[in-house]
Amino acid sequence: MTAFTSPVETGCPSGLAPPSRAVTADFSPFVRKKNGLNTLTLSVRGAKCGGCLSKIEMAVSAQPGVQQARLNLSNGKLFVAWTGETTAEEIAGRVSGLGYGVSAFSEDTSANAAKSEERGLLISMGVAAFALANIMLLSVSVWGGHGEMGEATRNVLHGISGLIAFPVLIFSGRHFFQSAYAVLKHGQTNMDVPISLALILAFGVSIWETMTGGQHAYFDASVMLLFFLLIGRFLDARLRRQAHAAAHDLAALQNRSINRLSTSGRVEAVRAEQIETGDMIMLAAGERAVIDLKITKGESGIDESLVTGESLPRTVGVGETLYAGSLNLDHPIQGEALSAASDSLLSQIADMLEAGEQKRARYRQIADKAVTLYVPFVHTTAALAFLAWLMIGASVHQAILVAVSTLIITCPCALALAAPVAQVVASGHLFKRGVFLRSGDALERLAEIDHVVLDKTGTLTLGTPRLSSEHGSELAQAAQLARASRHPLSRAIVDAAGAGPIAEQITEHAGLGVEGWIDGERFRLGSAEWVGQPETPDTHMASLWLVGEQGAPISFKFEDQLQSDARDTIDPLKQQGFSIEILSGDTPEAVARVAERLSIETWHGRVTPTGKADRLAALQEEGKKVLMVGDGLNDAGALALAHASLAPGGAMDVSQSASDAVYSGGLSAIRTVLGVAKRTKWVMLQNFGLAAAYNCIAVPIAVTGHVTPLIAAIAMSASSLIVTLNALRLNRGTP
Amino acid sequence: MNIIVYLIPVAIGLGLLGLVGFLWSVLSNQYDDLDGAAHRILIDEDAPLKAGPKVSE
Repeated sequence: MTAFTSPVETGCPSGLAPPSRAVTADFSPFVRKKNGLNTLTLSVRGAKCGGCLSKIEMAVSAQPGVQQARLNLSNGKLFVAWTGETTAEEIAGRVSGLGYGVSAFSEDTSANAAKSEERGLLISMGVAAFALANIMLLSVSVWGGHGEMGEATRNVLHGISGLIAFPVLIFSGRHFFQSAYAVLKHGQTNMDVPISLALILAFGVSIWETMTGGQHAYFDASVMLLFFLLIGRFLDARLRRQAHAAAHDLAALQNRSINRLSTSGRVEAVRAEQIETGDMIMLAAGERAVIDLKITKGESGIDESLVTGESLPRTVGVGETLYAGSLNLDHPIQGEALSAASDSLLSQIADMLEAGEQKRARYRQIADKAVTLYVPFVHTTAALAFLAWLMIGASVHQAILVAVSTLIITCPCALALAAPVAQVVASGHLFKRGVFLRSGDALERLAEIDHVVLDKTGTLTLGTPRLSSEHGSELAQAAQLARASRHPLSRAIVDAAGAGPIAEQITEHAGLGVEGWIDGERFRLGSAEWVGQPETPDTHMASLWLVGEQGAPISFKFEDQLQSDARDTIDPLKQQGFSIEILSGDTPEAVARVAERLSIETWHGRVTPTGKADRLAALQEEGKKVLMVGDGLNDAGALALAHASLAPGGAMDVSQSASDAVYSGGLSAIRTVLGVAKRTKWVMLQNFGLAAAYNCIAVPIAVTGHVTPLIAAIAMSASSLIVTLNALRLNRGTP
Repeated sequence: MNIIVYLIPVAIGLGLLGLVGFLWSVLSNQYDDLDGAAHRILIDEDAPLKAGPKVSE
């Protein structure tokens, strides 16, 4: 229970993830009730180690009425079952209080389908492994007893092997047969066609051999083929499911409830998808808008940094449109929901996302290219071997045996394992470094990058202002006022001043400033205009003025701070030959300052979301392979359009789902990702090279009729093992 | 050589036993959280003893 003794320690106790306190909205719409038992699945972000596990489970279990709390560390799902009065908010609040991000999670039906597919493959793999082990037991006796074993014994052993192999082939091989049948029906072909052909022919020939009392049966080879292929298939399915789960997870972040005002004036919490056009929405201070709103009541400062990239808050009033992703800072506002289907920013971005997805679907992976070379090659070789043996006077039986052994030994195992193993190892490696890869083929695209486009606010910079001017006692006075406000500039002052008292009778004026009484004196903290000071243009991002009844007004200056590792990331990237560019929605002055400090020559300020996408399209037109790194809603279109894209963990949900990978822990992740991607691609090419080299040796042996089941078994397992071991090298060392 | 009449079924039977064990582990969700299982074993469960009639010596 050490976790509770130190309330200050929040987030992962091993420091693997930064603490976060995500929005604690209304979770009650996501609770399922059955026989008085409430269950809720929460998506927890930031839990990385055993410490997190026990901390979260113990804290939740300690809540009254909780019967079960189990956190799945692999996918961050916390399942809670409880009875009684405890509310979902209390449970979620307990977790977020420990420093983890929490959002409600609703079951995803397609994820269940993917999961049962993965499970089916795993079971098939286990069955194939069982059959392989037992058939090998018998085969080794046959090989070992070669020349000494009586024909009757050999036939019995072959017969038993066949009896084991037959049901297994049907059960475990169905994945390949079904897929092959499906494509053949449409007159097409894929990797599963030669696989099915090899399996069926090998099995058929073996049965024939067994019945006629022949020397060689290939039951072991066909089951081994099946086993290795299922490993590759399973890894592939697992990676795809994880990628899909990640996407669903990100979508789950949208599962925030919304406060809807009914006509009778009652406020009810509903899910975002239940909102219809024209519904009246209540947005509390500190709440982030989930849908586009047209404001009907109230005035407040809003932080649009995730929407437009603008780092300073803006004041909005009645009649103005508030875009999804904006954070309401100081006053509750009411608004009318605008349909996502209307001409809203979200729908525009959704269109861009779709365009990007389609473009990416056209990308051909290395593995696909390898298969199109491989299939005709193997089939022609086997057919030619069959004909050649017939021509030199061999019997049909002998010629078929040669052709089948060619099909078996040009084993697609190495080929089927080459890409998935490398991708699985690389994504696991990146995961440990705080990078979550959303798709396996992203690595191939990331490896081709030569141009990096960065967003400014929230990506290169922290996105939150920091106090940059020096102050003495005035800072403490300003902080007393600032502590009552959620405005980013007030937060910056509080950050600089630390904990302390709060002023009396504080009133906040939206978009202007804060007013309050300290020791009987009235103070105002706010914009120059509001406190009656001349606006002085300077190089700072923003300034605030503190004015009392006596004494000179004091100005506080703020700067948007660069990420601490920005310089250490950009400089090496440049040295490695990447060209770098900043594309930001913020003011040109702000962008220029950042560009200058990082010595980046190419930059563009005040770029609209469409402008960003256009710029990316233009760059791709020039033949550049662009990596887009961005966090805002305004980057989403560009992220989807780019050759490859990355989003920081704090990014807008849409942006996270639009990008190939999500990273946490600073910009240096960009270098890690690019480095690992390059190495992965190299290892994949090596693997295909190894598979090709293996075939160069194996094919002549097979065609000349020297393949015995023993040689086939050794060659197949050796090639698969080499490819796997080569991929495991990715885990070693850092670039 | 008659011994193989017993040994082969025994070997296959043992294999089947392993297979059944594997299927059981898959079907009872034991592969769902591999990371969590690795850490869970290290969690110290020294929660305060609950008051009760049964005290183990």
